[in-house]
Amino acid sequence: MTNLSPDLGVKSKIQVRDLNFFYGKYLALKNINLDIATNMVTAFIGPSGCGKSTLLRTFNRMYELYPGQRATGEILLDGENVLSPRTDLFRLRARVGMVFQKPTPFPMSIYENIAFGVRLYERLSRSEMDDRVEWALQQAALWNEVKDILKQSGMSLSGGQQQRLCIARAIAVKPEVVLLDEPASALDPISTLKVEELIYELKKNYTIAIVTHNMQQAARVSDFTAFMYLGEMVEFGDTNTIFTNPSRKQTEDYITGRYG
Amino acid sequence: MNWLYLRRRGVNIINLTGSVLATLFGLFWLFWILWTTISYGISAFDLSMFQQNTPAPGSAGGLANAIMGSLIMVGLATAIGTPIGILAGTYLAEYGGRTWVAGSIRFINDILLSAPSIIIGLFVYELVVLRMGHFSALAGAIALAIIMLPVIIRTTEEMLKLVPNTLREAALALGAPRWKMISLVAYRAALSGILTGVLLAVARIAGETAPLLFTALNNQFWSTDLLQPMANLPVVIFQFAMSPYNEWHALAWAGSLLITLSVLGLSIIARTLLRKVRMEQ
Repeated sequence: MTNLSPDLGVKSKIQVRDLNFFYGKYLALKNINLDIATNMVTAFIGPSGCGKSTLLRTFNRMYELYPGQRATGEILLDGENVLSPRTDLFRLRARVGMVFQKPTPFPMSIYENIAFGVRLYERLSRSEMDDRVEWALQQAALWNEVKDILKQSGMSLSGGQQQRLCIARAIAVKPEVVLLDEPASALDPISTLKVEELIYELKKNYTIAIVTHNMQQAARVSDFTAFMYLGEMVEFGDTNTIFTNPSRKQTEDYITGRYG
Repeated sequence: MNWLYLRRRGVNIINLTGSVLATLFGLFWLFWILWTTISYGISAFDLSMFQQNTPAPGSAGGLANAIMGSLIMVGLATAIGTPIGILAGTYLAEYGGRTWVAGSIRFINDILLSAPSIIIGLFVYELVVLRMGHFSALAGAIALAIIMLPVIIRTTEEMLKLVPNTLREAALALGAPRWKMISLVAYRAALSGILTGVLLAVARIAGETAPLLFTALNNQFWSTDLLQPMANLPVVIFQFAMSPYNEWHALAWAGSLLITLSVLGLSIIARTLLRKVRMEQ
């Protein structure tokens, strides 16, 4: 097997080592090895069912909600094994935030949506919380659109705004890594553009891993790209190389639209 | 116009006529009952009904003590049944899942849902009344609470199941513990649905007679003592309707009308809430 976790020439935030993932008896991820670089965007592409989302959901152990799902191997976040039973799940999820495919605003006001996560970890005064909410919404490029309607329900926003609200909510707890699971696939082109610009801004401060079905999107926003197929990591490298000069035939076929 | 087409049209007409007639048949009795209740009930339906207590045989009076008693017992039953029902429904929807424990609870709950209320009355009679040595409002409230339980458990579970899983994952992905996810996010998303369930349960017990006959019985006088027998609308209606006195008959009809109107009011509120749930989804 080729070395799929090449020395990226940059610091790694997450190191995945010999990761296998099971849905019951079914092996969904096969011996995955890769590094996710600090303050960079790493994109995961591949046809439906190839394990991209599954991989993403191991980084914050979201899979644990469902009985029968388990992972073996190591996922090192700053050198600490995330999969270890000693890992504090709440602290892990504070460090590794996640945004889902479908916008998931909570049934509460825009302000409360942001404050919800912050309150889990910090006791802030009213004014500190106001500042934090404003800061998070500004980071998510949503502040100008909602600053006068913070008391309104988060559900009343448009789809694109809801998704940026979810990004703001994830950022508000000041994570180190942000996982984006097809964050723009339910959005219109304009909203998609805004989310992509946002990703570009966010990587200054956060390590980002994004799953996407949209090849152009991966090419536009990411520094590194991983191509997965049937639970295997087929090719991993810097985005330019993957898209212009892939070393594997499978990768080339996929990105040129021959299947998938 | 071939034969197949004509046959299909024919079958359609027959089915349509049949279902419309069946609906009309059902509605006919419903409206007859409503009409009778209103036309007889309206004569004694006045202010004195709310001001005077149930009268002695052959004299005029009101239903004040029975109305108060019903309010107290239904209120107390709601206070007992709601938290237990919501918590049990929460267990089934959020924790129990497909385990055999949850499965058996669901099964038993469905049996309780269709259990004749008189059996619940007898059960509480054995459990509370015999031990206390006399009938009491408390026993009545307990019996009513037990009747409410399965309705609330069922609707709470159903409404929580309507909350999309993505919402739960989003809360947990922020690092929220499960109980916070449920109490701060899932409950809020299911709030109007759960409230609807509680209201429907209240509507269901508002007119229950059988369990109260064995538990709270009745009281000629104004009483708010929970440990003593207490007047209540259903039992008063039952006794007055069986009596040979015209004044009592009139009051029984008025009481029936009052219960019908309150149940109608509750149902309207419940439906409005439920429509809100649907619009949010």
